[in-house]
Amino acid sequence: MNEVEVNEIERSGLSKFTDNLKSLAATVFGSVFRNGSPNSDKARASAIFNNFFLHIQGTKTHINTLRPSYTLGLGLISFFLLVIVVASGIFLMVYYNPSVENAYQSVKNIIYVVFGGNVTRNIHKWAGEGMIIFVLLHMARVFFTGSYKSGREFNWVVGVILLILVFVLNLTGYLLPWDQLSYWALVIVSNIMQSPRELTDSLGITRFFDVGTFSREFFLAGMVPGKESLNRVYLFHVMVLPLIISVFAGIHFWRIRKDGGMTKPDAFSPTVSDSGYAVPPAKTAGIFPTHKTYGLMELARGKTPSVDKDIENMVFSWPNLLIAELAVLMLTLAAVVVYSYYINAPIREFANPLIPENPAKAPWYFLGLQELLSYSAFMGGAGLPMLTLFGLFLIPYLDREQYNVGTWFTDRKGKLIAFEAFVISTVLLIGILVFAVNFGWLRSWFPEIPQLVITLVNPGSIWVGFIIVWSLFVIRRTGSTRMGAMSLFVMFLVSYVILTYFATEMRGPNWGFFWSMSQWPIH
Amino acid sequence: MTSEHQEKETVLSRRDFLATSAFLTATVAGFGIIAGFFRFFKSDVRYEEPSVFKIGKPENFPVGTARKLDDKKVFVFSDDGGFYAISCVCTHLGCIVHTSDNGFTCPCHGSKYNTAGKVISGPAPRSLPWFEITQDVDGSLVVNAGSEVPSGTKVKYS
Repeated sequence: MNEVEVNEIERSGLSKFTDNLKSLAATVFGSVFRNGSPNSDKARASAIFNNFFLHIQGTKTHINTLRPSYTLGLGLISFFLLVIVVASGIFLMVYYNPSVENAYQSVKNIIYVVFGGNVTRNIHKWAGEGMIIFVLLHMARVFFTGSYKSGREFNWVVGVILLILVFVLNLTGYLLPWDQLSYWALVIVSNIMQSPRELTDSLGITRFFDVGTFSREFFLAGMVPGKESLNRVYLFHVMVLPLIISVFAGIHFWRIRKDGGMTKPDAFSPTVSDSGYAVPPAKTAGIFPTHKTYGLMELARGKTPSVDKDIENMVFSWPNLLIAELAVLMLTLAAVVVYSYYINAPIREFANPLIPENPAKAPWYFLGLQELLSYSAFMGGAGLPMLTLFGLFLIPYLDREQYNVGTWFTDRKGKLIAFEAFVISTVLLIGILVFAVNFGWLRSWFPEIPQLVITLVNPGSIWVGFIIVWSLFVIRRTGSTRMGAMSLFVMFLVSYVILTYFATEMRGPNWGFFWSMSQWPIH
Repeated sequence: MTSEHQEKETVLSRRDFLATSAFLTATVAGFGIIAGFFRFFKSDVRYEEPSVFKIGKPENFPVGTARKLDDKKVFVFSDDGGFYAISCVCTHLGCIVHTSDNGFTCPCHGSKYNTAGKVISGPAPRSLPWFEITQDVDGSLVVNAGSEVPSGTKVKYS
């Protein structure tokens, strides 16, 4: 008998129990986090891959990924905003009641009576709208660094789907309070869904193929917004769409790993400033030699797992990546809370089906579309947005050049092309708007003109047509599809910003033109 | 030997037959499920205003009347030619138009119609529809907002 066994026998049952009780905290903690405290490279690696929540990230991260000037943290901010939106949304569901009779009252209750209700609603609203801004910025970052290339094509598509979902979630969200904005937005949205009739009517096939009315009835549960419409919108907003966006966000993150991590410039070399946010591994030998990461996995083909590539520029995710992520989370949360503390989310009067507001404006992020809508319901509401999304989906498949992936604007020529597209689109788009405001459009000159001509030829469709033709011209001139895509994307961003600003600030009653809101007539 | 070989190539084997029929059955069932899904979402009960409604006796609408019935979303006019009803729902995106100097104007996207409801400017794709007016046995005028009549159709009742 050795000493240990003697001890086991001599100790009473009770003393074993009290010993277990004393070490309870350590044993429970140790059973949850089995790798121990992360004070060695091995433990730092296990801290990531043994953790359910962290293991979607690699145990090592490339220094380029950690550079704030490369990612700007935009995708991460979008994700944290999603988390904030979901959390605050659950709180709002406690008091919100999706019925035509009570919806407006319950929102007023949340604003004025419920403890912390107003700031919770503000957080929900502003984090949701923030997602639109940051998802768009993130898309711009991914585009300009060429990160939709070299195996990441499908993840770009998933990203565009996420962008659409963010828009639809925001849209369904502002329909819920059942105020004037909700009601008339529901009217307008359902009419946009019905707008394919504009085309089918012109072609005379509405009797056989009325896809417009069909989709309107699907959405509204009838032809006018009512109690069942609100029920459906609520179902989509709190259940169906959040589930879908969670799945796609999961795929989006998973694909980053599967596609070989984030892009980086071909000629990467660490700089002195990198040491500010990247702590190098403690050892570069033993089980973590510089020339490989996994043993057998080196035999695997393809991009995953990421093996033997640029190993000398990889640092451990714990703590380098996690600290950066934590910092972004804290900044995001702080910004949202402070903004929401001071700025209140709007609420209008109770929905009145008899009197639309004048002007009846959508929230700012849809006003660019509303400007296009004011030329043609079908083109502005369905045709051009579909074409734009289709174009965004196809960008990675139509531009397959692999030159200088991971470099902002590709090269010097790319910067010039982007700047050129910026200047041309700004000048021309403002020119078209000025023309349409001053001289009107086809029907002002030819009152008898058929609707089909206006549906097809209006300032919106002409502008989008110009963007496409210009990009093809750039491709021909430079011999590079990447440069064509660059022009296309810059012009898309410029159009979104200018149209949104124009419709927000310069459209007044009866959708007339005014230099500012102070000039609006009494109406 | 040769003929047997040919037969094997032309006649479907039992395995292929079963697999193909199973696949086709699944396809048909799939379409059935999709159709059922959309049919489920098509609401059978509508909590909506009836589209046929009484608006009162003809003598309430003397010649020269131009009245907007807000809750019915319709304008009712009476002139020498008779009674007629024009929808006040803009054909662009469904806002409520209001009467202006020489016709109707929509506040949302600035569509303009003349006094007969014909589009004269703006994005509206169609003219404002005219609705059928009939007279009930009790003498009331009845507007049927589900039944469009050609523009310019005026009816006389007394």
